[in-house]
Amino acid sequence: MSVLAHVFEAAGIATVVLSSVRAMAEKVAPPRALHCEFPLGRPLGVPNDTAFQHDVLRRALDMLAAPTGPVLADHPTVIEADDAPLACTLPPRYDPDLPAAVDEAQGLRAAYERTLTRRGVSDVGRTMSAEQVPAAVAALVAIAAGTPWTEAGMPGGNPVAACHDIRSYYEEAALALAGETAPGGRSLEEWFFAATETGRTLLAARAAMRDAGVKFPIWFYMAPGHR
Amino acid sequence: MSGDQAMREYASALPAPTFPDPAFVTPVPLHQATVAIVTSAALHTPDDERFSAVDTGFRLIDRGRRDLVLGHWSPNFDHSGIALDLNVVYPIDRLEELAAAGTIGAVAPRHVSFAGNQPDDVATVRLDSGPRAAEALRHDGVDVVLLTPV
Repeated sequence: MSVLAHVFEAAGIATVVLSSVRAMAEKVAPPRALHCEFPLGRPLGVPNDTAFQHDVLRRALDMLAAPTGPVLADHPTVIEADDAPLACTLPPRYDPDLPAAVDEAQGLRAAYERTLTRRGVSDVGRTMSAEQVPAAVAALVAIAAGTPWTEAGMPGGNPVAACHDIRSYYEEAALALAGETAPGGRSLEEWFFAATETGRTLLAARAAMRDAGVKFPIWFYMAPGHR
Repeated sequence: MSGDQAMREYASALPAPTFPDPAFVTPVPLHQATVAIVTSAALHTPDDERFSAVDTGFRLIDRGRRDLVLGHWSPNFDHSGIALDLNVVYPIDRLEELAAAGTIGAVAPRHVSFAGNQPDDVATVRLDSGPRAAEALRHDGVDVVLLTPV
């Protein structure tokens, strides 16, 4: 972002960056940056809080009055990314003949559809449709049990893209199950990887791929780096 | 260590390009300024070309579009905030409110989306796609850009 600020200024457009990594804003030194110590992925701070978002914008746009630069300021509010898992009821077992993770994925379909109806769009679709998610979860189950990932029947054939779609499907379903309270910055991630059958299976499949000597970018980016 | 702490430590150590003679544009007064958003969330409409994992290009987003998909390939930041409220990454409704109140002059007709995961040398966004995006915004009369990262 700070690099692009320099590019746009060179083209004659004034810029303000909402910085998320202060050290990078210090090093690249864009003309104006408001550092916001908010959860990564939420540069305006708080979903559905119009007043807070306007406060961020006002402080950022006020920096355009600075006569010289670079100027780097800090938003006074720090918001830690809450990593307590979302409290979210998972569907009960329905088909005992299916692996638990696949059964769980099928059971979340109605909740996923409710979020899709509200938003009108879904982040599922990078490499598969929502209909294919249970099959992709079944592929993770097979990989975790020792099947080479190239032989597991992963829809789309790209494990990183598939895991993006699987996690998006789960998180969008969870938003419909969580009620009115907006989850914290890491609470859906924690819920997915710690509380769901599929999240745990994904990590097991990823570890199996790592141990089998699969190339780093193919397995590493299936889940956040610190996991 | 939390995921955000780990990512901030990682990102802090990434190589940083230098700009020895940076431009500094003094804009028109804010109440006369046309304002655009440039985000690195790889947002795109469902009918746009999807972002690849190594995409150095950009997508233009018409002012009226709200049906935006997160195309960023990183699993290392929260995706649920934007699923709850597009404005937490792309504050287009907030800009419309500022324009209606007369705080800013106008909302730009088009906005810009890049993918934040760029090669370390950032050569393409610096020398090619970035200047082309700026040219598109200049064509639209944009005076001020707000950059929002993920």
